[in-house]
Amino acid sequence: MIRLENVGLRYGAGTKAGPEILRDISFSVAPGGFRWLQGPSGAGKSSLMRLLQLALRPKRGTLVVLGTDIGTAERRALPALRQRIGMVFQDFRLLGHLSAFDNVALPLRIAGRPEGQIRADVGEMLRWVELTEKADRRPAQLSGGEQQRVAIARAVVGRPSLLLADEPTGNLDDAQALRLMRLLGELNRLGTTVVVATHNDALVARHPGPSLRLEAGLLVDDG
Amino acid sequence: MPRRDDDKRSRRDDELGLRRALGDRMLPLLVAAMTFLAALALAGALAAAALSAHWQDGAASAVTVQVPDPDQPVQTQADRPEETRLDAVLRVLRSNKDVSASRSLSQADLSLMLRPWLGATAEVAALKLPAVIEVHLAANADEAAIAAALAGVAPGTSAESHGVWVGRLSVLALSLQACAWLALVVVVVVAALVVMVATRAGLASRRDAIEIVHGLGATDGTIAGHFARRITRLTALGGFLGALAAVPVLFALTELAAPFMTRATPLQGPGFLNAAWLAQPIWVLLPLLPAVAGTIGFLTAQATVRRWLRALP
Repeated sequence: MIRLENVGLRYGAGTKAGPEILRDISFSVAPGGFRWLQGPSGAGKSSLMRLLQLALRPKRGTLVVLGTDIGTAERRALPALRQRIGMVFQDFRLLGHLSAFDNVALPLRIAGRPEGQIRADVGEMLRWVELTEKADRRPAQLSGGEQQRVAIARAVVGRPSLLLADEPTGNLDDAQALRLMRLLGELNRLGTTVVVATHNDALVARHPGPSLRLEAGLLVDDG
Repeated sequence: MPRRDDDKRSRRDDELGLRRALGDRMLPLLVAAMTFLAALALAGALAAAALSAHWQDGAASAVTVQVPDPDQPVQTQADRPEETRLDAVLRVLRSNKDVSASRSLSQADLSLMLRPWLGATAEVAALKLPAVIEVHLAANADEAAIAAALAGVAPGTSAESHGVWVGRLSVLALSLQACAWLALVVVVVVAALVVMVATRAGLASRRDAIEIVHGLGATDGTIAGHFARRITRLTALGGFLGALAAVPVLFALTELAAPFMTRATPLQGPGFLNAAWLAQPIWVLLPLLPAVAGTIGFLTAQATVRRWLRALP
């Protein structure tokens, strides 16, 4: 499902290339596996998540996601892979001009699902995140926690093979955080591979699981 | 309720928020101005081509023959004692295979031609005028041989070919035509650049949204399609407005061009052409300009967006 071998990443290219922010990263996650990704701010967690989300390509090493070598894959092959990946961003990344309903429906529309199925699936997701009554509201009309729930609904509505979450509970209260972790656990039990990046050690302690720890761009713990 | 549904649908179809990023005022206005100029340039090119062809067609093979003392009998032909010099010249012309048509101008025709110089009340009949014959030659006719034959039967007869000034007019018309086509090409290039700049501005302002849908698995074709649809609508609208604005101007120009549509011979014989003949191609092409503007918009937007997207993984 996910395999990294000596992966290195730096931003920029040629003379404008910056220092390596990820160095010699090697680990793997089996299909249906779960990993916490921990580390302090600036350790490289978000960059690693962007690599796994296929928003970046590694500068060196081997990165295999959903069975495809991302370093050598043709660019046109990546959109289909991205449609199988759900991503919850730290800053939500919702489209401000679309309603909550249309934000959640976005991955399904991009995947070309029929409108009838989209209405049913999105309605179900909005019920689950308790936002049915606010389906027509735009992100600016929702609280931070509600926006986070819309972002979570968007990430899971397409039943992705790989779910990535970057600080997903940062804007949620304890009850909502607990519901989210239960959802992630449920998706994981149904076969979805889940990677959750957090610097919240208490959250990890409440929901124990295999963990990766990054420090200054290096993987210091894989267990 | 249906209106609310329509609003929802249009928002849903506008996943990238391009209705705000690519407003419906500036781009259509600029494209309308470009289309207006294109219509004028196109009309100029077509008019120059039509005039050139018309002049060449009507006058390249035309010759004006002047016969002094037309009513005097021919001196040298004993077998035709009653034949005048004019009759002899017309006989030679009509028997020559290189002459496709000849027509002797009447007194009324001559009066009409001389009116600008002698006035409407001039007694033309009192003047000792040569007879004037309008002659059209076949292709590759030997003008010198015909002139010699005419002078043989009626000494002093002259034949003036219009080929030289028609050639000069044709060169002028071709130059005008080339300038008009060049102007049209410049307008098309500028229109494409305007669309490219507008598209880039749209890409810059919607970068976040593009990155989000790209991350969710949208293909380059999908994203470029969103831009191309919006740009095509705006450029086609601009094209329509520009073409509409050109209609009264082209009508006025057609009226101004009408006097130039007579046959290119100094002898204004039959053959006045309807001014609409000159303008006919532009009235056929004018309705196509919005489609051409839309096509330029579509292709430019597709190319610009796809090139921009190549920077993303």
